[in-house]
Amino acid sequence: MTLADPPDRPHRRPLSRIVLPYAMLSPAVLVTLAIVFFPMVQTVWMSLHDYVLFRPNVFEFVGLKNFRAALNDEVFWISLRHTIIWMAATIPAQLLLGLVTALLLNQQFPWRPVARALVIIPWALPSVVIALMWVWIYDSNYGIANELLLRVGLIQRAIPWLANPDTALAAIILTLTWQGFPFFAVMILAGLQSIPRSYYEAASIDGASSWRQFWHITLPGISGVVVTAVLLRTIWVANSFDVIFVMTGGGPGYATHTLPLYAFIKARTNLDFGYGSAIATLFTLMLMVIVLVYLRRTAKAVQ
Amino acid sequence: MALGKRSTLRRILTVDLPMLVILTFTLGPYLWMFITSISPESTLFTEGPSIWNATIENYTRLFATVGFAGNMLDSLIVALGTVAVGLSLSVTAAYAFSRFNFRGKRILMVQFLLINMFPLVLLILPLFILMRVLGLLDTHLALIIANSTVAIPFSVWMMVSYMNGIPKSLDEAAMTDGCTRMQALRRVILPLCLPGIIATGIYIFITSWNEYLYALTLGGRNVRPITVAVQTLIGEYEVQWGLLTSGGIVGALPATILFLLVQKRLISGLTQGAVKG
Repeated sequence: MTLADPPDRPHRRPLSRIVLPYAMLSPAVLVTLAIVFFPMVQTVWMSLHDYVLFRPNVFEFVGLKNFRAALNDEVFWISLRHTIIWMAATIPAQLLLGLVTALLLNQQFPWRPVARALVIIPWALPSVVIALMWVWIYDSNYGIANELLLRVGLIQRAIPWLANPDTALAAIILTLTWQGFPFFAVMILAGLQSIPRSYYEAASIDGASSWRQFWHITLPGISGVVVTAVLLRTIWVANSFDVIFVMTGGGPGYATHTLPLYAFIKARTNLDFGYGSAIATLFTLMLMVIVLVYLRRTAKAVQ
Repeated sequence: MALGKRSTLRRILTVDLPMLVILTFTLGPYLWMFITSISPESTLFTEGPSIWNATIENYTRLFATVGFAGNMLDSLIVALGTVAVGLSLSVTAAYAFSRFNFRGKRILMVQFLLINMFPLVLLILPLFILMRVLGLLDTHLALIIANSTVAIPFSVWMMVSYMNGIPKSLDEAAMTDGCTRMQALRRVILPLCLPGIIATGIYIFITSWNEYLYALTLGGRNVRPITVAVQTLIGEYEVQWGLLTSGGIVGALPATILFLLVQKRLISGLTQGAVKG
């Protein structure tokens, strides 16, 4: 029994048995180390340096200077505030709409399979296309949003939704809600279908109203899925900024800046990779709190 | 029978109607984009989008003058490449997670989960520098590598959940019959997982096809996937909404069709873990 033995011969066990799982895992693990963990460490490393791409020879260690600069940067705080507003509005809106959709899809009606397939479409669309079609909807001259609202009489004259700093963030939040609620609907529907019918039968025999059934059977039954979905979605919504980037580019002014977007713009337009990395690192640290909660839940489930 | 009728009416009011409202909200923007794309550009702003004098002039212009075919080819190469990398690396990894108990299993599994949680913005800057150093900027390979950061961990998780659904006794039976581990995996488990593998592959294809930020940062003049092309259209043809929306429809179509084809299996795979957790 030496290491040189072919690891996959069936009759010699112990050592090859120990090595085999690691051998099978190593391609995936090594590649992810190379293309995910190494770059991540590099981001943190860059954040501690003065690094502007058009001055490639300057790579000076500056310690926490970039982080101190961020904390004194007004735009950083504006972006942070928007990130919080944006998530605090988008996630509950997605959850609520998703919950209603899931409850409806859990009922019996003839065209249910069709409805279930169609409702998920926004989820499959490229973010650029989503941005494009909503920019067209919000268009100040010819957009259908203005036209509908004018016709109903809710507004007196056309509003430039995305060009107005007061409405831009809200307009984007509506777009993101549209994009994300199908995810909740699908997850919650799966949760609903895992609740045994007999619970409801027993409850109606005992004379519980449908509201009480919802409160005492449905909600506890789906609470696990809902928490998981909220955590996952929070992480994803926080990470994604492509829709905003295409719709407004963060403007007008800083009206739709969020932290990841700000980091990206700093690096992309100012080529200031050091400062961009510092903001990205700060943002990741904040997000880690949510990630850790999620990991604890999932690690328990894996066990 | 009056009772039956009343309950049907009630169902329509409480289920069908609200569902219809939600579907209108869901599909409305998409349909609006489609209607705009088949309206003649010349009358778009005077009469508004309409389906009465539908035309495909926007689509022919899209392929003739803007050169969308080349962009679609770029997207196709990148998406297929990512599918190949993601699936080939994750099959054996998923098998190891599903069938063996070994030291560090839990931490390795969690690390694959963790990868998907990190903000893209944290990766995009160093990947740009890495590709520049390697001279890979503006190549398909750069985009395949970047998309694999998401595809590998995702497909590992999906495949583990599919493989866990296949009884261990099957591999053991194959091995009693003289197969090695790898043979058991290749001849018995893989064929059984095939539907799951296909669904995972299609999901990777959709996400790579739809990916935008890596494509924008790591692509360029030679490699310009469809998402970047659509975004460039927005800048160049600012008010030509007929052309823009036809670009949007073309860009979204492959992913939409694929998604509708596999949505059932995909969703069961995606939600399984969440429901149990």
